[in-house]
Amino acid sequence: MVKLVYFAWVRERIDKAEEEIDLPDSVKTGRDLLNHLKTLGEGYEAALEYPEVIRLAINQEHVEHDEPIAGAREIGIFPPMTGG
Amino acid sequence: MAVPPTIRVQPENFDLSAEIDRLTAERADVGAMVTFTGLCRDEGGSLNALELEHYPGMAEAEMRRIGQLAIKRFSLLGLTAIHRYGRIAPGENIVLVIATASHRQAAFDGANFVMDFLKTAAPFWKKEHLADGSQGDWVSAKDADDAARDKWLER
Repeated sequence: MVKLVYFAWVRERIDKAEEEIDLPDSVKTGRDLLNHLKTLGEGYEAALEYPEVIRLAINQEHVEHDEPIAGAREIGIFPPMTGG
Repeated sequence: MAVPPTIRVQPENFDLSAEIDRLTAERADVGAMVTFTGLCRDEGGSLNALELEHYPGMAEAEMRRIGQLAIKRFSLLGLTAIHRYGRIAPGENIVLVIATASHRQAAFDGANFVMDFLKTAAPFWKKEHLADGSQGDWVSAKDADDAARDKWLER
């Protein structure tokens, strides 16, 4: 089980702030995770339609999409940041 | 031993003069201080408020990481970065950065560096609430902000 946390329009389109899910063994990297989530329903598909713009964080640190997710406790999935 | 940055993520407003005092009280080695305050604009009257969302825990951690980089790179004597979240009306403060140093260039560069990285790496997102009562869009990230950050990577 891994905890997924969503923010901004990713959160709105998936319609959840967070969830714990089981991932199939074939999901090894951040990119695999996004592709897997896209198959879980319309909201996920709308949120992750353009996966290349999505940012990922593992255990609250930024990572690239090719980062292995093995051992991750928490994965953040969110749009480009617009603070400041 | 470098000073630790003061980092806060909070819904309430901040007091600029109190934050300045914290960085200058009982010391005489500070020769330069730069403060930057980011405020919510009304966008020509069309905006009612901004809703600031953040990733609790990671927002503070990223701001601390950026602050530590700035202190080291510019030999800052002190650094404070405060970012608000929640609903913020036009005219209200959003973000504060204060950098202190022996000389002005380090203080200017330190504050500028922190803002450039904060905008592109600290997990905050802005949503618009429009004056006509409708819910606006999430603010889009700007290429210009990425370019401003990337300048520091070339130096």
